[in-house]
Amino acid sequence: MTFLRRFARNRGALIGLLVLALIVAAAVAAPVLYPTSPWRMVSRPFMAPFALERFPLGTDALGRDVAAGLMHGARVSLLIGFVSTLVALLIGVPLGAVAGYFGGIVDDLCMRFTELFQTVPSFALAIVIVAILQPSITSIVLAIALVSWPPVTRLVRGEVLSLRSRDYVQAAITVGQRTPRIIFGQVLPNTVAPIIVMASLMIASAILLESSLSFLGLGDPNLMTWGYMVGAGRTRLIEAWWISFFPGLAIFLAVLALNLVGEGLSDALNPRLAREAR
Amino acid sequence: MTAPVLEIENLTLALPAMADRPLAIQNLSLSIAPGETLCVVGESGSGKSLTALATIGLLPRAVKPAGGAIRLAGRDLLPLSEREMQDIRGREIGMIFQEPMTSLNPVMRVADQISETFEAHGALDRRGRRERTLELIAEVGLPDPPAIARAYPHELSGGQRQRVMIAMALAMEPKLIIADEPTTALDVTTQAQILKLIDALRKKHGTAVMFITHDFGVVAEIADRVAVLQHGIMVEEGPAAAVLHMPQHDYTKRLLAAVPSLVPPPPKDLSGAPKAFQVKDLSKTYRGRGFFRRGREVKAADHVSFEIGRGETLGLVGESGSGKSTVGRCVMRLIEPDEGQIRIGDLSIRELTQAQFRPQRKRIQMVFQDPFASLNPRRTVGRIIAEGPIAQGVPKREALEKARRLLDLVGLSANAADRYPHEFSGGQRQRVGIARALALEPEVLVADEPVSALDVSVQAQILALMQDLQKRLGLAILFVTHDLRVAAQMCDRIAVMQKGKIVELQPTAKLFENPQHAYTKALLAAVPGGRDVGATLAAAGIEPSG
Repeated sequence: MTFLRRFARNRGALIGLLVLALIVAAAVAAPVLYPTSPWRMVSRPFMAPFALERFPLGTDALGRDVAAGLMHGARVSLLIGFVSTLVALLIGVPLGAVAGYFGGIVDDLCMRFTELFQTVPSFALAIVIVAILQPSITSIVLAIALVSWPPVTRLVRGEVLSLRSRDYVQAAITVGQRTPRIIFGQVLPNTVAPIIVMASLMIASAILLESSLSFLGLGDPNLMTWGYMVGAGRTRLIEAWWISFFPGLAIFLAVLALNLVGEGLSDALNPRLAREAR
Repeated sequence: MTAPVLEIENLTLALPAMADRPLAIQNLSLSIAPGETLCVVGESGSGKSLTALATIGLLPRAVKPAGGAIRLAGRDLLPLSEREMQDIRGREIGMIFQEPMTSLNPVMRVADQISETFEAHGALDRRGRRERTLELIAEVGLPDPPAIARAYPHELSGGQRQRVMIAMALAMEPKLIIADEPTTALDVTTQAQILKLIDALRKKHGTAVMFITHDFGVVAEIADRVAVLQHGIMVEEGPAAAVLHMPQHDYTKRLLAAVPSLVPPPPKDLSGAPKAFQVKDLSKTYRGRGFFRRGREVKAADHVSFEIGRGETLGLVGESGSGKSTVGRCVMRLIEPDEGQIRIGDLSIRELTQAQFRPQRKRIQMVFQDPFASLNPRRTVGRIIAEGPIAQGVPKREALEKARRLLDLVGLSANAADRYPHEFSGGQRQRVGIARALALEPEVLVADEPVSALDVSVQAQILALMQDLQKRLGLAILFVTHDLRVAAQMCDRIAVMQKGKIVELQPTAKLFENPQHAYTKALLAAVPGGRDVGATLAAAGIEPSG
């Protein structure tokens, strides 16, 4: 209850949540409002917004409806954002927990392995992975997850490292609890707050990363995405600005909303820090 | 009589709306004469620190003065602007804080920190500042002033840092020095030196001292007059001797009765007790992990040997860094010892692997120091206590049922089981910690400074509870503490540790009457208040209200 109230006090976070809710609603409503494929050519190309009532956001170079693309694109962006973040957490959290809890040589091995991934430029690595595996939604999710787990590992390791020496963890050892139980029952529940905050920001960067890949033509060829739309419209940016502008705006709003929500979560989950910052 | 340096008149401080009481301080009136030391004494939450902060104009933003006056040499400080206060701070009021670790800037040399005070008030020229700084360093009794002046805070010990803080407070020769628990973070022997220093400087300069403390031993050492605060109200004020020996108010009486005496109670009869716990030649060396060079070695435990009988309490006493906590954690195998034997009854546990030891862990349990860090904030109290039995294979329902009975045993109501740790006070949490340790019906209890984070009245209750439980359950207790007063009341025998070695192990009465080792003598001599204050524990009563 107090958590909700603290979150609600942050106006930016509420706006972010509202924008996010609109995007989710668009994603859910897409198949109802635009039951046909967004790839279908429905009208003359290069129709300006509101030139025809049926196409409020205009049509692109092949006569496809921009609004339909936008709504179907929301599905892809959100899906990839959430799933790739989930996969990244599934890799990063256990690895970080093991490294932080056991320390010593285990920690060294885990962290050197993590650094191996961190030293490679993440976008270049993502491009290589997608190119090798052939562009598809699975390979894109995998690529994004593989480049975004190292910060999670570092965060969780740090948290676990400090929690590990906490007396209640020591007490759990002295009463004879088994190690996995201590890690999952005593330690990890107390790291949830920073993980949630980080995850919300990771979804945002995953959406950005997916858009960048699609922009370069490495998106799933069967799915209409925001990044692809921006990329497809960029050669005609001067004459037909709307083709790139609206999907670009959608990306911008989605990422901004997630960042606002993330910041709001961070303040609400760490009330003391938030108060000091002000 | 000369005019008082500081006069606080009917001071009232208001707390923010959500606090547990509306007023932090209520109608407080105090005065301090030149060259006089006034001790403001109280337990946590009594408002003693806020009194100090109000005087120096550093109240937290949420706390607002709601009436009264604070007059320094006749001038009311409350209406002054921040800029005017800045001029008064350092020049007319010097402040010494509790934590010598955090109140010095770690990246500034000692000399620069001291001469900063002169700069802030535009006093002296460059050369004068340097000379005065060196004088001050010498005056607070630091060896080799030029070397200390060049040093960074981390190169100094805790006591030396506190001396630097005192030099800073003295720099402008203020009329009033406020010391907020200046020796609480220090070892007893260092504490004794710092108290002596503050007292000597006060005499020499005729400075008035407002000394905030929770420790009646310290009061007995340093105070001319004493003011006792309870929940923001001054309940008693008077000359030190009168307050300490003929307290008028009930609260003062209760506080004084809760201070453990240095005179141990008559010994228990433990002649027939079988050996419950034996430690032989336990050693542990910490090595720094250097990449290219060998790390530093610290012998935290060096061939430590002792045994404890059933129903007996062995005290492990020493200053910080003596290795007493390392020994406590080694016998629990939270830290793996390098060598030595540990036997619980007939079972030797050093040779077991952690997995083999796990089912035997129920025989030796631990009570931790910090009641705030030792309970998982996301678990209910009942779950916390039941976790041990569940891990040892007791069905969950049964374990939770038992947790309720244990809460009753340690003086909490059984329905506390469904609440979370943050809903309890420090003393109540420590009761939960004890219940958790007892849930496994251990033979040996290791208590690592179990009362050092608690207020003195709560401390007395927890100690009485532990003694009572020991009598009923026949526990062998290894009691790790830095506090000789507590050790005198709790322990049947005491082992004094210094630099990883046990230097003396004697029955308590004998140790206090006739200490053999020079270090033991030094420790005993340094206990503030000596045999002047303190009561035997039985007088404190054990009502489970803490």
